[in-house]
Amino acid sequence: MKTFTLERSDVGALLDALKRRGYTLLGPTVRDSAIVIDEISRVEDLPVNWTDVQSGASYRLKRREDNAFFGFAVGPTSWKRFLYPPIQHLFAMLRAGKSFALPAGTKESTPSRDPKMAFIGVRPCDVHALAIHDRVLLAGPFVDPLYQLRRNGCFVVAVNCTQAGGTCFCASMNTGPRATEGFDLALTELITHKRHYFLVETGSDRGEALLKSVPVSEAGADEMKEARAACEQAQRQMGRSLDTKQLREVLYQNAEHPRWDAIGARCLTCANCTMVCPTCFCATVEDVTDLGGSRADRIRKWDSCFTLDFSYIHGGSVRASAKARYRQWMTHKLASWVDQFGTSGCVGCGRCITWCPVGIDITEEARAIREGQPTEARTHA
Amino acid sequence: METAPDLQSISAEAALSPMLPRPFVIKRVRRETEDTFTLELEPTGRDDGFSFTPGQFNMVYVFGVGEIPISISGDPARPTTLIHTTRAVGTVTKAMDKLRRGDTLGIRGPYGSPWPLDKAVGRDVVFVAGGIGLAPLRPALYHVVSNRERFGKVVLLYGTRSPADILFREELETWRARFDLDVYVTVDRAMSGWRGNVGVVTTMIPKAPFDPRNAVAMVCGPEIMMRFTAAEMIKRGVDIRDVSVSLERNMKCGIGLCGHCQFGPVFVCKDGPVFPYAQVRDMLVKWEI
Repeated sequence: MKTFTLERSDVGALLDALKRRGYTLLGPTVRDSAIVIDEISRVEDLPVNWTDVQSGASYRLKRREDNAFFGFAVGPTSWKRFLYPPIQHLFAMLRAGKSFALPAGTKESTPSRDPKMAFIGVRPCDVHALAIHDRVLLAGPFVDPLYQLRRNGCFVVAVNCTQAGGTCFCASMNTGPRATEGFDLALTELITHKRHYFLVETGSDRGEALLKSVPVSEAGADEMKEARAACEQAQRQMGRSLDTKQLREVLYQNAEHPRWDAIGARCLTCANCTMVCPTCFCATVEDVTDLGGSRADRIRKWDSCFTLDFSYIHGGSVRASAKARYRQWMTHKLASWVDQFGTSGCVGCGRCITWCPVGIDITEEARAIREGQPTEARTHA
Repeated sequence: METAPDLQSISAEAALSPMLPRPFVIKRVRRETEDTFTLELEPTGRDDGFSFTPGQFNMVYVFGVGEIPISISGDPARPTTLIHTTRAVGTVTKAMDKLRRGDTLGIRGPYGSPWPLDKAVGRDVVFVAGGIGLAPLRPALYHVVSNRERFGKVVLLYGTRSPADILFREELETWRARFDLDVYVTVDRAMSGWRGNVGVVTTMIPKAPFDPRNAVAMVCGPEIMMRFTAAEMIKRGVDIRDVSVSLERNMKCGIGLCGHCQFGPVFVCKDGPVFPYAQVRDMLVKWEI
């Protein structure tokens, strides 16, 4: 790993270098009163001078004064949208007499063409989320070839956090606020009264190669120290915390804890938490035909364990109650994910807390179950 | 600008290979009961048949209607024909029920874990089936019957709601006529003309002719039936590690990627559907896992 500095005025040169290499740039931008991730083409598309104020069931944008490019926490979009799209066409089949077949010319193999995407501004929690999806979708025995294709072509520019959001708890999950691996480049935005610049760490050969065409300077000890201190500040600002000690066992042992009734009474089963979660991967497939019935398409869509359909087998849904569905989601995220994939499914990004319409807080619920609180819901200021 | 550019064109040419059904033509339709039928299938355009291990299932696709998991009910030693037995209860199975000889189904598979037949060699084998649960057990029965000398006593305990719901009647009669197989059938509700057992299948366990200290049990039926069967087996002295059950959950992919079939820490599609009872017992007794 090599460490450089990049002046604020040269961030555009970094984006241009990626564009010249054929990457489509995806990064944070302001839309619909939120900082979302979308296609960007220049630095002006970034949320310059914006920050967000987040708490349970609340997200507001606020102006800032320091010209920061990345002065905010995570928004409602996660990067899974681009690697594992919400709606994915899988195949078309044509009726052929009494049989059916792929349309002529359809290749049965995955194309080798590489959809080169550069992710600009991936927070350390989300860098971990990418690694978690890799384990879920690529570790086998079966892999998702479309995810693999997109992931292979993906250039990751991480941005370390120097300010934590109101619902963040990456420090508890050991996923931030500083990225240590899983990126091509990692930036730390540093704003002092005399200088606005980025510390740039390389995480891969192609990251290092890219910097050859970007005006960077070798970083000094002071600059590195400043970056470390900025991340440590974010570490101390975490809006939430989650005690992960034996959390898996605590949840398994408390599958019939009365607290689930209290959560079930609040949960709207709206599925927001699963849509904003950067690691939720559940999907359904829909098989549809054209009006004439001669062509059938299979479409994969994000699904959620909060819907009744999700667990439906003949006779009814396995998880008919809201409390069972919330328990499934939370226990999967924090406990059974460990059995399945050797890692927690939670990266502490806090999105599920912010975007829950009734402000159910996964950290609070885990705490209540650990401490044996049956019903009282403590609220945060 | 919701999705990145050029991804659309990629999806158009990419047939997601693990999610792509292969066409199989229906060679024969056999009606088993009022609502249950068996389809015999062969792959189209190829003659490599379909190899599988007893206990495994396929994702079965009806053109444009949908895809569901169905266990394989045929003989593993005769892989030329793929056999599925199912009840017409949902959208896809009702569409399947309308198909006739010469029609085509899509197949992906085989998927999932097998019945532990290797572990049963040299020991007594007790099959306990409830209703349609006999279908996923039939491949294991075929295997044991064809390799009869490798096993100790072989017992099938089969319970259905009524005499009209009994599956594979002819085969059951043939097996029952053999001196080296013990086949017992019971019904929840009898009708006039029924001269067999009445009562739930678990009531036959205490008297069934097997040595509990040297028996393996393979159980398939409704979850409540499997729980009580396993409890009765253990009560009789069968080691819990020698009891296996086959579970059913919603599945959209069959390959461990869609998340639907999760049951606590396991994916029923890739870790199951056949599980050692000890692995799932605690979850089966809790609500709505």
